[in-house]
Amino acid sequence: MPSTIRVRAIAGSDTTEVQVLIQHPMDSGFVKDKNGTLIPSHYIETVTFAWNGKPVFTAYWGPAVSKDPYLKFAFKGGKKGDPLQIAWTDNLGQGDATTARLL
Amino acid sequence: MQRGGSGRLSRRLPGGFLASLVALLCALAPPAVAAAANKVDPAADLQAFQAYFHAAFPTVALDDFANGPYAVNQDMRKQWEEIMQFPPYDFALDAGKTAFATPFKNGKTYAGCFPKGGIGIRQDYPYFDAKSGEVVTLDLAINQCRVRNGEKPLPYGSGEIAAIAAYMASTSRGKPFDIKIPDDPRALAAYEDGKKFFYTRRGQLNFSCASCHVQAAGKRLRGDILAPALGILAAFPIYRSAWGGLGTIDRRFISCNAQVRAVPLPPEDRTYRDLAYFLAYMSNGVAIAGPGARP
Repeated sequence: MPSTIRVRAIAGSDTTEVQVLIQHPMDSGFVKDKNGTLIPSHYIETVTFAWNGKPVFTAYWGPAVSKDPYLKFAFKGGKKGDPLQIAWTDNLGQGDATTARLL
Repeated sequence: MQRGGSGRLSRRLPGGFLASLVALLCALAPPAVAAAANKVDPAADLQAFQAYFHAAFPTVALDDFANGPYAVNQDMRKQWEEIMQFPPYDFALDAGKTAFATPFKNGKTYAGCFPKGGIGIRQDYPYFDAKSGEVVTLDLAINQCRVRNGEKPLPYGSGEIAAIAAYMASTSRGKPFDIKIPDDPRALAAYEDGKKFFYTRRGQLNFSCASCHVQAAGKRLRGDILAPALGILAAFPIYRSAWGGLGTIDRRFISCNAQVRAVPLPPEDRTYRDLAYFLAYMSNGVAIAGPGARP
């Protein structure tokens, strides 16, 4: 199965710009399906980013975040080729992780 | 002198005769032109159609019309370029690629149903099928392939069929639309039917497809910019943010019809296929850019 995480991290002169797209249904738990039964909540709770093993960004998400969420941020430092570890976990204990190289 | 005078007179005669002949021809000309306009002439229609859009948007290159509203509005284009760094249809495209390669229960795959294994052929659809005498769209061909291999047809509009069509379009990017109308009265009738549907007003709002996508192309409809009809099918299937997913040409036709408060036709209805045939033919020369992203 292909990764659920798409990353593009570009190292600039003094900051690195990171963009990610995560494939996830992000069900809030308030939506009903065609038969009228509730779709149980299923959403990402934490997303972590670590540059060279050092955490640079942590997000605590909830049911209000959209399906297939997109995230963009920048941090100081970073040079081409550095590893960036990305991981998410959801309320059902599922998760995915990947390591990207800075461009 | 007299001789010369009569000579001049006689020389003038043929000229006068010619002038009256020209006048006679001019008098005959309007019905002759009208007769030509009544004849089905797709090539002439195409020329007039593309010339209209080139005159309306002189700075837009032919291929750029595939990008719809982004071709004609700079602000939207900037936002779109930002979005396209991370195309929202990416996950669906992966799903489509997997579905396309997954064998049916009989061991065959989609590739076996299409010329060139289904790769790089989007620009040839829809085509006129001489055997059935009807227009065949890519979506219809995908389902015909499934039925021939003993599988259930997929529901039209979105989901798996859109993902498969998106993957097939992605392998055809950059190839210009190459729709042919064979010299067959049934093909010309299908073209005429599509053209008629495009220009006919319908619904409570009394809009035709052309009201928005020809007359008002590039103008605002609430917060949206209306896409020019030229090249409008080149980016399908599209990921619409409003849909939160991929949708096919059928889905767009149906929602457009519903928005003008007309009763939409069922997906892959014969008339919708004829409409797609007409629109794709009008876009001959525009490179495939699907799948696309739209607001």
